[in-house]
Amino acid sequence: MDSTSLEPSLYTVKAIFILDNDGNRLLSKYYDPELYPSMKEQKNFERNVFNKTHKADNEIAFLEGMTIVYKSSIDLFFYVVGSAQENELMLMSVLNCMFESLSHILRKNVERRCLLDNMEGVFLVVDEIIDGGVILESDPQQVLQKVNYRADENPLTEQSVAQVLQSAKEQIKWSILK
Amino acid sequence: QHNMLDSSDAIARSGSNPFQHLEKSAVLQEARIFNETPINPRRCLHILTKIIYLLNQGEHFGTTEATEAFFAMTRLFQSNDVSCHLLIKSVLTVSLLNSFMVFYSLTKDMTGKEDVYRGPAIRALCRITDTTMLQAIERYMKQAIVDKVPSVSSSALVSSLHMVKMSYDVVKRWVNEAQEAASSDNIMVQYHALGLLYHLRKNDRLAVTKMLNKFTKSGLKSPFAYCMLIRIASKLLDETEGGHDSPLFDFIESCLRNKNEMVVYEAASAIVHMPNCTARELAPAVSVLQLFCSSPKAALRYAAVRTLNKVAMKHPSAVTACNLDLENLITDSNRSIATLAITTLLKTGSESSVDRLMKQISSFVSEISDEFKVVVVQAISALCQKYPRKHSVMMNFLSNMLRDDGGFEYKRAIVDCIISIIEENPESKETGLAHLCEFIEDCEHTVLATKILHLLGKEGPRTPQPSKYIRFIFNRVVLESEAVRAAAVSALAKFGAQNDDLLPSVLVLMQRCMMDSDDEVRDRATFYMNVLQQKQKALNAAYIFNGLSVSIPGLEKSLHQYTLEPSEKPFDMKSVPLATTPITEPKTEIAPVATSKLPEKLARSRQDIYQEQLAAIPEFQSLGPLFKSSEPVQLTEAETEYVVRCVKHTFARHMVFQFDCTNTLNDQLLQKVVVQMEPSEAYEVIHYIPAPSLPYSQPGSCYSLVRLPDDDPTAVSCTFSCTMKYLVRDCDPNTGEPDDDGYDDEYVLEDLEVTVADHIQKILKPNFGAAWDEVGDEFEKEETFALASVRTLDEAVGNIISFLGMQPCERSDKVPENKNSHVLFLAGVFRGGHDVLVRARLALADGVTMQVTVRSSEETVVDVILASVG
Repeated sequence: MDSTSLEPSLYTVKAIFILDNDGNRLLSKYYDPELYPSMKEQKNFERNVFNKTHKADNEIAFLEGMTIVYKSSIDLFFYVVGSAQENELMLMSVLNCMFESLSHILRKNVERRCLLDNMEGVFLVVDEIIDGGVILESDPQQVLQKVNYRADENPLTEQSVAQVLQSAKEQIKWSILK
Repeated sequence: QHNMLDSSDAIARSGSNPFQHLEKSAVLQEARIFNETPINPRRCLHILTKIIYLLNQGEHFGTTEATEAFFAMTRLFQSNDVSCHLLIKSVLTVSLLNSFMVFYSLTKDMTGKEDVYRGPAIRALCRITDTTMLQAIERYMKQAIVDKVPSVSSSALVSSLHMVKMSYDVVKRWVNEAQEAASSDNIMVQYHALGLLYHLRKNDRLAVTKMLNKFTKSGLKSPFAYCMLIRIASKLLDETEGGHDSPLFDFIESCLRNKNEMVVYEAASAIVHMPNCTARELAPAVSVLQLFCSSPKAALRYAAVRTLNKVAMKHPSAVTACNLDLENLITDSNRSIATLAITTLLKTGSESSVDRLMKQISSFVSEISDEFKVVVVQAISALCQKYPRKHSVMMNFLSNMLRDDGGFEYKRAIVDCIISIIEENPESKETGLAHLCEFIEDCEHTVLATKILHLLGKEGPRTPQPSKYIRFIFNRVVLESEAVRAAAVSALAKFGAQNDDLLPSVLVLMQRCMMDSDDEVRDRATFYMNVLQQKQKALNAAYIFNGLSVSIPGLEKSLHQYTLEPSEKPFDMKSVPLATTPITEPKTEIAPVATSKLPEKLARSRQDIYQEQLAAIPEFQSLGPLFKSSEPVQLTEAETEYVVRCVKHTFARHMVFQFDCTNTLNDQLLQKVVVQMEPSEAYEVIHYIPAPSLPYSQPGSCYSLVRLPDDDPTAVSCTFSCTMKYLVRDCDPNTGEPDDDGYDDEYVLEDLEVTVADHIQKILKPNFGAAWDEVGDEFEKEETFALASVRTLDEAVGNIISFLGMQPCERSDKVPENKNSHVLFLAGVFRGGHDVLVRARLALADGVTMQVTVRSSEETVVDVILASVG
């Protein structure tokens, strides 16, 4: 029953995950050890959430007894999961902070390839926003300062022109096939 | 062609994922460069990322293979690359690696000059530390909590919170530092400090109240902290029974005017979730939710409408003001919001709008998730109770939903809803049963099929045309799994027992079931076959309509006991404790919640638990099976020094009074606690079992054993005056260390009543008429009473049920509206194992007149009941 009031606690977020647009996991963190303890259950849950949410950009859903807020960008889906009784706006503030911080370190290229190329930064950002389910920081500026991460530290010359072209080609192909 | 596109697509994309084909062994191989000198931070970083990625995908690293790589990682602490340091910490948090080197390096980082390292170092360190190691770093932790760098302070506070589970005693000592951190200017530090403080103090009401007072007065900057304060305040309010006329409520209400939406919503939600909120108290919360309904943010609209839905369950009139805003939401592109808006309107709107809303919802019901379909079904169920005349529309809608695809929870909600409509509206019974018959023709859920078969067996024989259900039932015998077949056989037997003209055909079908491949099905068929062939009403009533009424775990235990001690005597069914009838839960609507995930298992009843606890006390072992346990009775006022409540346990010839005592004084330790009892009647207290010791706030139980008067079986009521006696030892409130000597003291409790209801156990007779005939009129007595002070039939029915403590049957506890006469059927078992049935005819005219007819297998029981009613 959800009439039982929420036990006051800092543990707000049950899970966070980022999926690509086939529903594959790129990053996920489960903070409540009782929620989907096995990898199989986790991936099932992610699959189920993805199926129910990837078609319509609705921002919020309720699945398997949990409130899920989400956001998509090009070929990426970001999810924040909390209990049914959780304040939806708190979950939203986590989602927004994550998205804005990532958007900044990825220099506004919030898409799969760029995310994967800067995976270390992504891991660090998530760790600075949530620690064990507790919201550690909700201000993107603060997060960026703590992570101190810059995408593409190496100058462009180091990256071969062919590589850039290849990456561009793929992106174009991808957008056509979509 | 299409396939080719697909595969090239796959190649293209896998090519763009640098981590796609990572092999664990290859990555570990690469990790050897960690040992190279000089360290190449960029390459190391890349490999670390790969390791984290693998861990994140669920790859498991064995101990030996990991140790080598991770040990090498500790060398990377020598590097000055920021990301490197941070990432190692990230690896640590996922892998729970533990080694002295790591510990040392992290401690160095944690106390170092580089602020960016310090927060993560603390978090990683606390993740791998244990209680003994924690003591080693205690000094650093205390410093870190009050550090002026917010990220360090926050990390230390949050880590402390994580550590509370493991090392409460150590973290408890950091309260003062946390207190200091709470007055920090940084909003996150404030929030984390508050969370930690509450967690450390939550069992100390007084401290929590003080803390709350302080923070609500000083005002906080962090909206998160405000939300936390609101939750703490509403929890405190919830625990203090009584009105909302308190500064806590005022605080929550004042948060409705906060400038942050998150805080406003939290406050509104807290008010809505308070039990017994008046319409006036709700109004301001409802009006802020109304504003949120037109927010451009979907999450806020969702939160608002979900909360309004909640309000509408108890106070539909409070929400009617929002009807217009809700109407705008029924076409919301987020179907969850639309569904919630419609189900809310169904509760608040008028009867005339029902058809329109139902049409709207059926247009997209297939698009919404099962959780919300369940919400829709529950709304319909509530609607049917409110507007009984609409049941045919609803029934149609439900039967369509029943045909759609959906999971178990969804189907179960529909079936439950149809069943409740059938029970509330007799005229809808046949259509409802027909829909359910159709459903079980193609139903994959065993639980639902057996439930429906059981219902068919109960209701079907009493419809005008019972024969038409036989076909549906027998189809199940042919087609289904064992459990369903067995249920079908039981249902068939009920038709044979009730309808003489169907009996020959039922017997033929039974004969076929006796050749079933499953032994349970065969056994049932053989059993029913033999009972039916006797053609005796009493046998039918006892073995077909009204089954066993004993507790199943109790029966199992008694049979086991019987096999351990072989005896000449046959097994006595009366020695088995009765099943306590499940308390019919008040129909509550469940807004989308997580209950569906829990596996259902047969919960042991409260009485089974008591039975076990009492049997463990040597003095009570010879008393026989526990017959009945009462609800707890409070013997003290709320908020006194000691809290005592009593549970009355009735046995065949004795009663045991269990006193659950709690000592709420933290400067006292009570020992040798007994409750002395002075009976008013010929009851005899024969034994006291003291509670050896009652430390502060740890409940303990003491018992009194009383012999019931043998010579006068009609003496069923008695009043006991109770005094609690004990030895007090004063103690230090902080350490709990008691003084060496103590003194005797006593505390007067309220009187305890034993009434007739304590001697009667509720038994549900699904077919009361059959049971009535079975007991027979040998000891029937009848008397008429005038209940002058009672104004309505409902009130009279409620009074009789609670006075006699018997089970209402055939839903006779519900008085139809606008009737001035009613018949109430009650069933129970009297102490000693005699069935007792009561039929009370009530008539309303200037007070209520009641004609009570009592039947039992034992004359004294009839007398006792009539004497106590008079």
